[in-house]
Amino acid sequence: MPSRIAPLVISAYTATSALGRGRSAHAEALRTSHGGLRPNDFTTVPLTCAIGRVDGLEEEGLPAEFASHDCRNNRLAWSGLAADGFLDTVRACIARHGADRVALLVGTSTASIEATERAYRELDGGHFPAYLRIPALHAPHSLGVFLEAALGTRGPCLTLATACSSSAKIFAQAERLLRLGLADAAVVAGVDSLCGSVLFGFNALGLVSPQACRPFDTARCGISIGEAAGFALLERDGDAAAPRLLGYGESSDAYHMSTPHPEGAGARLALADALARAGLAADAVDYINLHGTATVKNDEVEAAVVADLFGPSTRASSTKGHTGHTLGAAGILETVLTLLAMENDLVPATLNSTAPDPSCGPQLAFANESRAIRVALSNSFGFGGNNCTLALGRGAVH
Amino acid sequence: MEGLIAYIDGIGWWSPGVPGWEQATRLLRGEDSNSSDSDAAAKPAANVLPSTERRRAPESVRLACEVAEQACAMAGREPSTLACVFASAHGDTATTDALCATLASAPLETSPTRFHNSVHNAPAGYWTIAAQCRAPSAAIAAGAGSFAAGLFEAAVEAHADAAPVLFAAYDIAAYGALSDVVGNSAPFATALVVSASRGPRTCASLHLRHETRASTPTAAPVRLATLAATNLIAAALPLFAALANAEQTTIRLRSGTQTMLAIEVRP
Repeated sequence: MPSRIAPLVISAYTATSALGRGRSAHAEALRTSHGGLRPNDFTTVPLTCAIGRVDGLEEEGLPAEFASHDCRNNRLAWSGLAADGFLDTVRACIARHGADRVALLVGTSTASIEATERAYRELDGGHFPAYLRIPALHAPHSLGVFLEAALGTRGPCLTLATACSSSAKIFAQAERLLRLGLADAAVVAGVDSLCGSVLFGFNALGLVSPQACRPFDTARCGISIGEAAGFALLERDGDAAAPRLLGYGESSDAYHMSTPHPEGAGARLALADALARAGLAADAVDYINLHGTATVKNDEVEAAVVADLFGPSTRASSTKGHTGHTLGAAGILETVLTLLAMENDLVPATLNSTAPDPSCGPQLAFANESRAIRVALSNSFGFGGNNCTLALGRGAVH
Repeated sequence: MEGLIAYIDGIGWWSPGVPGWEQATRLLRGEDSNSSDSDAAAKPAANVLPSTERRRAPESVRLACEVAEQACAMAGREPSTLACVFASAHGDTATTDALCATLASAPLETSPTRFHNSVHNAPAGYWTIAAQCRAPSAAIAAGAGSFAAGLFEAAVEAHADAAPVLFAAYDIAAYGALSDVVGNSAPFATALVVSASRGPRTCASLHLRHETRASTPTAAPVRLATLAATNLIAAALPLFAALANAEQTTIRLRSGTQTMLAIEVRP
């Protein structure tokens, strides 16, 4: 078991998704159980499914100085930075600590592959069209390069891409850098945008629901894909009222590339390690934001693990029905949603779902519940059996 | 102490014609490195993968698993016990090329296997499944700095949890139209088992420091310049040359567009 860690201060956080731009839009959507999914209007070849799309990105370019980074994913990132004044918060943090002491850890699954897909649609004699012949735009680190330029950080910077656990694991990376004194602050960023690869790829795996996804419902039949940008700033010290990262757990299933371990072996390890680092027992957990993708297998396994490890006083739900599965951005988007749930004394509903799967324990919340949340967990499980659980704590003054 | 020290307990290597660290040592010392095993020299053996998986795994997975297995063997570590960090600048460009070509012509015919093989953590996934490893696994990218950024991350994990970490860095050659924007002309991979403390198998220590000041990365020895130019991961050649020659020296490798990793090597 890992040792307990000192909590980190989450000095600032924001998200942009199909629910809107910034914290208040997300909090309002949670309070009113308003979902952001709509029928697929993204792909040129028709595909019957629901998507969580961020409006307006097509009309919003990047500032001229960042023109060479222009693609849907970086536009989404830029729009996300503008929400809640996050860009200014990071610049003030850099002024406080020095650029070389601020790390930038980026999580994404497909980065700017949408630009690569476009280049293949527009091949000219077998070659990329000239306007897309920009090497940095077609590499997995494209988001990191853009954000480093936009924010001006000069600390350690890398992209972590472990599919749907990507932007949860960057919190763990940040904690290690800060604990070892290798940085004084860390910006964690998760951005994934709609693209053909994920829509038609998950469709090929038979994992896309024709309607809006229904996590943990007996009639669930797959995911709805969404896009999102989420950001957080982590520091060792700060405002007592700010929420805390209490712990994290990471594990591998060692089972299958695209199917979870049937007994949730990896998920159990991630949960146990997150609690150990937080120095908490399972009964201290008030709320779990579940991975809850609405695939038959994920929800069955995850519900059984929660029913097995937690008592009925722990509430649990999936917010994938609100936002869709935002893949590499899911970890940080759902961390932000969990922090908003804490701020608002609200256990969010599992939207679109009414009939609990038989594997569900009494923990599952299908409708909004008013309740104080002091300690929460957020689960993110990805392809390749890559798991991460974060433990979060409410700020001291509330 | 500024930075952190990584102890190297095992090394893996695969490049065309040079299928292991023993042959690589000869190459890096300027000796004859011709391999007697022509099969292993032409294609990564990746014996850790079950034969069915080996046949359908993409090239990047076979490459990464081959060097990972070599490094664990040299370190005397059971692969199932080690947390792992896989680094690649471009992922599996053959898979990306095929996926994007299908998406451009007939998206509904996208192959499910190709899609799950397209994730950046495919090697980490195949490796942890084959090795029955439930420890944390990461897949990272940092462009031309992917090797150095991955090495730093592996060392950070080793120190944070006081446990050895497997680090593998790989890139295959560019495929298809992606060759317009990806410069790799040949596959290349290396792996290290990195510890936070000296052990019986430790062969060198690396004092790692993150730098931001404008400095130039250490160039590969002239006779290795051709190999260094074939693949972004081969930016690490100066480090491996120092390890092969048991040299005490300081090397700088690019770790990102704005940053450098200074590596003080002590045999």
